[in-house]
Amino acid sequence: MTTTSPAPSALATPEFEAANEKQKRRRGFLLALPAYVYLSLFFAIPLFIVVVYSFATRTRSGGTALEEWNLDSYRKLGEPIVTDILLRSITLAVITTVICLLLAYPFSYFLATRKETTRNIMLVFVMIPFWSNFLVRNYAWRVLLGNDGPVSQLTETIGLGETTVLFTPTAIVLGLVYGFLPFMILPMYAAIERMDWSLIEASRDLGATGFQTFKKVTFPLSMPGVIAGSILVFIPSLGAYVTPQILGGGKKTMLGSYIVTQFLTARNWPVGAAVSTVLMFVMLMATLIYFRKGGRTL
Amino acid sequence: MGEDTVGTAADAAVAIQGVTKRFGDVVAVDNIDLEIADGEFFAMLGPSGCGKTTTLRMIAGLEFPTEGSLKIFGDEVGTLPPNKRPVNTVFQNYALFPHMSVLDNVAFGLKMQGASKKDAASAASEMISLVQLGGMEKRKPSQLSGGQQQRVALARALVNKPKVLLLDEPLGALDLKLRQEMQTELKSLQRELGVSFVFVTHDQEEALTMSDRIAVMHDGELLQVGTAEELYDRPVNRFVADFIGQTNLVDATVVDDDVIALGNGTKIMAPNPYPAGTKVSMSLRPESISIGGPDDIPDEFEQTSLRGEVTNVTYLGHSHVYTVAVDWMPLEVRTNATPTSVVYEPGSQVGIWWDRRSDWVVPDEGYGS
Repeated sequence: MTTTSPAPSALATPEFEAANEKQKRRRGFLLALPAYVYLSLFFAIPLFIVVVYSFATRTRSGGTALEEWNLDSYRKLGEPIVTDILLRSITLAVITTVICLLLAYPFSYFLATRKETTRNIMLVFVMIPFWSNFLVRNYAWRVLLGNDGPVSQLTETIGLGETTVLFTPTAIVLGLVYGFLPFMILPMYAAIERMDWSLIEASRDLGATGFQTFKKVTFPLSMPGVIAGSILVFIPSLGAYVTPQILGGGKKTMLGSYIVTQFLTARNWPVGAAVSTVLMFVMLMATLIYFRKGGRTL
Repeated sequence: MGEDTVGTAADAAVAIQGVTKRFGDVVAVDNIDLEIADGEFFAMLGPSGCGKTTTLRMIAGLEFPTEGSLKIFGDEVGTLPPNKRPVNTVFQNYALFPHMSVLDNVAFGLKMQGASKKDAASAASEMISLVQLGGMEKRKPSQLSGGQQQRVALARALVNKPKVLLLDEPLGALDLKLRQEMQTELKSLQRELGVSFVFVTHDQEEALTMSDRIAVMHDGELLQVGTAEELYDRPVNRFVADFIGQTNLVDATVVDDDVIALGNGTKIMAPNPYPAGTKVSMSLRPESISIGGPDDIPDEFEQTSLRGEVTNVTYLGHSHVYTVAVDWMPLEVRTNATPTSVVYEPGSQVGIWWDRRSDWVVPDEGYGS
């Protein structure tokens, strides 16, 4: 494949234009090729395999038979054990998202209205947790919330008794909020910061109070950030594995743990693949809603 | 809100007394006094950063004065928030709400004031027709042209029946032809409604065309307030003379009440109130100068004439603009171009003269950049 330009001629004849167009397209393709190859090999093909496996059958020995295609694995998803897990995961993900939203909005607004230097310093603080390992941070929470941990000691000292948050859904939500809050803050901050502040002045000028302005102008205009942030928190919360495992103690199984169990312990790859496929489908829907509603603001 | 006394001298639409606005160490508006009458089309003119927009924003309540008194129809508004003032603003970039339709944009103010949805919508539709946008109610601002957005901004402000309408460079973003159209339209709209319009612009031509009175500002100071003619014919200093229209500014020294001496020693008849020896500038509009041969200067204009050489001539269709060097000092002369007019080529020796009422002496102080 060469990218030689079409031979120069005196006029841009239709042939020349066509050759020029073709050459431009080819150059674009070449630039994207490495990424295409990488994504095909390590993303698209494995994804395809997962979907294929979800239609396969588990053999008695724990292997997977691809010969008989059926929907058995998907049928299994209708059983109460799985629907319970699905419901619990969605509930925890929704609670996490709502808490993140309530925490992040006022903070993002505050951030967006600071001077630029203050803003940048505070943004660095928001990102600092990312500099250490996610697993390590989750274990840190385990120490904090543990029976002899500082939180428990504090509540005992002030007479509230021992804290028994660890290994409960509360601990999972706490960990998820902690882990994903920056994903809510950043797009929200970007949306608010990008807003045309003269619109707020216009609203006040037209007789709206501060609260009316927030309700009718500021909040609707920050919607793209709200939606983007919500999806960025909701999706990883739904599929979270590490946090529920460490802070939830794996007692109340969430989707991520269930999938791992199916693949590694139960050796039922088709069911694991089916749950994964459904999960991906839910996330895809959420993403589509985002693109419909908020659009191009990431 | 003082409606019984509207129109009396005591209750100007806007009365500004000794108002100063500081942002930290920066003095944006420096101790200005200004009265805007009810029903007046008033322009605030000046280069960017002169304080005109800050003044407008103080009237709107988007900024609050550091010192002084600001009254709207007799009521002190000092730090009253914008939603409690009987004024509305047309913003520089219109500031239309992008998530609302044209109708919702225009109805916004009425709804905020507690009008029912139905009443607000019908009043808004009426106003939308008035600004000739009937049929566009359902569109979003992004689907409108610049000129149409301008009209929506106007309708959105006017539908609230403000006692004073504030306009911040409202025509700045429009192309020339549309701008001229809107100038005429704004003017007739203002006449029709009888509301005071306070109009901020850096375009002196726009200010001259539309306004009953103009305030010229520079570096936070109010230099002069007057009608277009007053500003053009009798500017108070070099800055105003230079900013309003085109003029020749010639350095000179006062000889006595009637005479000044130019840099080259030539004495010119120029009545002035300044003591002898004061450094002044003579402002001479290019169109008030006549040009002819060196010996053509009529006797009665001998004391208001100069001789020099044409260094450049530009043909503008309706006129010729000459640059005449008088002892190296270049003066611009504009003459009407008619098929019979004599054209002086560069290099020609010429005489230039003007009526003694055409030159105007301004003090040198107060001349900014």
